[in-house]
Amino acid sequence: KEHLILRKGTEPSLYTVKAVLILDNDGDRLYAKYYDDTYPTVKEQKAFEKNIFNKTHRTDSEIALLEGLTVVYKSNIDLFFYVIGSSHENELMLMAVLNCLFDSLSQMLRKNVERRALLENMEGLFLAVDEIVDGGVILESDPQQVVHRVALRGDDVPLTEQTVTQVLQSAKEQIKWSLLR
Amino acid sequence: MTRLFQSNDQTLRRMCYLTIKEMANISEDVIIVTSSLTKDMTGKEDVYRGPAIRALCRITDTTMLQAIERYMKQAIVDKVPSVSSSALVSSLHMVKMSYDVVKRWVNEAQEAASSDNIMVQYHALGLLYHLRKNDRLAVTKMLNKFTKSGLKSPFAYCMLIRIASKLLDETEGGHDSPLFDFIESCLRNKNEMVVYEAASAIVHMPNCTARELAPAVSVLQLFCSSPKAALRYAAVRTLNKVAMKHPSAVTACNLDLENLITDSNRSIATLAITTLLKTGSESSVDRLMKQISSFVSEISDEFKVVVVQAISALCQKYPRKHSVMMNFLSNMLRDDGGFEYKRAIVDCIISIIEENPESKETGLAHLCEFIEDCEHTVLATKILHLLGKEGPRTPQPSKYIRFIFNRVVLESEAVRAAAVSALAKFGAQNDDLLPSVLVLMQRCMMDSDDEVRDRATFYMNVLQQKQKALNAAYIFNGLSVSIPGLEKSLHQYTLEPSEKPFDMKSVPLATTPITEPKTEIAPVATSKLPEKLARSRQDIYQEQLAAIPEFQSLGPLFKSSEPVQLTEAETEYVVRCVKHTFARHMVFQFDCTNTLNDQLLQKVVVQMEPSEAYEVIHYIPAPSLPYSQPGSCYSLVRLPDDDPTAVSCTFSCTMKYLVRDCDPNTGEPDDDGYDDEYVLEDLEVTVADHIQKILKPNFGAAWDEVGDEFEKEETFALASVRTLDEAVGNIISFLGMQPCERSDKVPENKNSHVLFLAGVFRGGHDVLVRARLALADGVTMQVTVRSSEETVVDVILASVG
Repeated sequence: KEHLILRKGTEPSLYTVKAVLILDNDGDRLYAKYYDDTYPTVKEQKAFEKNIFNKTHRTDSEIALLEGLTVVYKSNIDLFFYVIGSSHENELMLMAVLNCLFDSLSQMLRKNVERRALLENMEGLFLAVDEIVDGGVILESDPQQVVHRVALRGDDVPLTEQTVTQVLQSAKEQIKWSLLR
Repeated sequence: MTRLFQSNDQTLRRMCYLTIKEMANISEDVIIVTSSLTKDMTGKEDVYRGPAIRALCRITDTTMLQAIERYMKQAIVDKVPSVSSSALVSSLHMVKMSYDVVKRWVNEAQEAASSDNIMVQYHALGLLYHLRKNDRLAVTKMLNKFTKSGLKSPFAYCMLIRIASKLLDETEGGHDSPLFDFIESCLRNKNEMVVYEAASAIVHMPNCTARELAPAVSVLQLFCSSPKAALRYAAVRTLNKVAMKHPSAVTACNLDLENLITDSNRSIATLAITTLLKTGSESSVDRLMKQISSFVSEISDEFKVVVVQAISALCQKYPRKHSVMMNFLSNMLRDDGGFEYKRAIVDCIISIIEENPESKETGLAHLCEFIEDCEHTVLATKILHLLGKEGPRTPQPSKYIRFIFNRVVLESEAVRAAAVSALAKFGAQNDDLLPSVLVLMQRCMMDSDDEVRDRATFYMNVLQQKQKALNAAYIFNGLSVSIPGLEKSLHQYTLEPSEKPFDMKSVPLATTPITEPKTEIAPVATSKLPEKLARSRQDIYQEQLAAIPEFQSLGPLFKSSEPVQLTEAETEYVVRCVKHTFARHMVFQFDCTNTLNDQLLQKVVVQMEPSEAYEVIHYIPAPSLPYSQPGSCYSLVRLPDDDPTAVSCTFSCTMKYLVRDCDPNTGEPDDDGYDDEYVLEDLEVTVADHIQKILKPNFGAAWDEVGDEFEKEETFALASVRTLDEAVGNIISFLGMQPCERSDKVPENKNSHVLFLAGVFRGGHDVLVRARLALADGVTMQVTVRSSEETVVDVILASVG
């Protein structure tokens, strides 16, 4: 029976990331993407986020085991970045994802990795995460590649009449209408 | 939405893809966007192609997938890495839904695997594995190819290591295979991630020798001094696991581990200390415990449980240190903490008390203090139960009564009921306490809860009789029957009106339920499933046999044995036998498997020739045994009535059947066949097959209860046995009875030992054995047997002799 205690018990798989989270320094959610149903409802997710924030924001250490999951994290000024994986996962792989995310954002925000700059560039954040992890599979680990693919044009983005959020809202409406027709 | 696709703003377009992906689960009719996405996917702007593929695949279904199959195949082998990766990863997501379609892209994926890009290699490998994982040969070939060709991607290496480990595990290959060599070579890879993955894989392999572990351990040792916290954490966590099985392999790292005790990351510090606890010497225990107590309040609940478990293992290793441990544990009990944490501590204290009689009084005192202020009903009742069991045997039992009775006054119903039961045990065992207990019991009869009142009244009446036999049956050793069995029997009884009172002996006994073996001791995310009452193997067999009409008149199933192999490994037909014992019959169930794919067996029967007076009454054949599908046939045998002491018998067994040759490819059998037979190994029936184990928590009381009316005693010399341990083991396995009062453990350096065994003989008769063993020149054994039935005593003594 001994080897059952030691065995990892997992099938080799590309699915390694359970969630990517960014919290502010009150522990409130700025960005959250969950790739499986470990925490199926928003209520459970927020409870989890609160728990890990409480346990990690005071210390500087990069890694912890909480609620049976491996949590790697990094903080800068007023932002806390988390990558979550199962406790069987290779911790260095999760760190690679965290570092890629942080470094990509650092370039995109021109080293201003702090809350206000992030909020003004949420679309960049969405796209960056999308390039790094797809459905729980690590897609890219090189921050240069990520920045290149996100290809925000920086200062010379023409100011549109609407903000991105409004555009998305109207897009949702359009889809609804086209389906009803 | 389609208009947005016409926008030239890249960001907007890309955000559209994201939106589509998010809404994929809620929108059902997405044909509108599919064409736009397909256009982008094959368009000229590289920056759109990858994301478009991923968005498209999120909303696609099997029929649509076939329509874009051509584009997907092209995308997989595209030169642009982001396109190829996107296609590969999306294909992986779609394997679940459309395995057959994606399987056709295997060649493209194979080609993509030779890409230079490290992520593309990783994704291609992952997809190939998922497509082929049910075909072990294909996986092995793939692995051989990639391990030789030398990939560059560290992610791909990690995946290869995992696949290799899984293969090694499945084939139970020896560690001198090329797969193991590959993993071992990864310890020297340039990338830390790969090195760690390899070390971790080696550590988790079952049956690893110390020599094989050594290179992995030295690599982990280096990581312990890394500036990166994640690396230190990973290393110390893995070393902790090595320490569980091979503590000596880790002692080389003790110095590095001690440095980690003061690590700023508390998780690392805890793991370091618990590893040291496993590998350290007795003298370092005090020092380590002091260090832990200084920071245990700062670590999370999960790690507190880890520390407690490490202490528990340590207590077993160094029983003399129990007072230090006990102090530490009681301090932890007083601090804040969740249920799992407190439970782990209570379990640890209880196990120390059970292993170490010297620690009993201190342990019980700590637990009494704990229940004064314990919010967890489960723990309070567990402790009360323990107090009831152990308290009466201490030199001053009266001091526990106050604690227990306080619980009766102050707590919830479940705790009060448990307290009443505990009090009863004190009254039953200590005559001088009996008057006080009766007074207290009287007060409990006025309780507001009916369970408490019922118990109080019941115990009151039993205790007032002042008869040892009654005390034993009703207070000390409870019901030992299987609960599902009792329910069925009672139900049966109510359906058939009868003059006779209900006979408890007709209920099958409780056997251990089937439980899952515990997987990793690491903390698990809280489980939300309620625990179901586990069905034992016996309950399952009972149902299966009751379904066969010829066996319905046999009565309840008394006992089923473990399966016995009647053929060697790797033979043409694999047969194993389970022996089912009933009141006057035995049913032999033969589970047969035909491993020849060019034969169909029919009307399979195992013919049995008994050596003694057993009589074979009936055979029930297995109608048909096609290739690789197990089937069962049965033999019904009557046990001899005239000589009840003839319990053992040897059967020579031959399998007889009708063979029809068949075409190995189609399985079609020929029209005619021929009779054939196959000789099996002999089958033994021994006394253990007639006895069911039963645990009597208080053997002394049970001994008195059975009484000495049919007691017999004999002395034997065990010629071939050298040690007491061996003798004890032999007797337990030969008689098939349950050791009680932990008498299966022989203390070290003792020349004599008393073994207590309890069981129930076929027919429902309790049988108890007390064996006094002495080690002089060889082992002599004085066996005393008591039972409520004389023949049973004779049977036991005859078998031992």
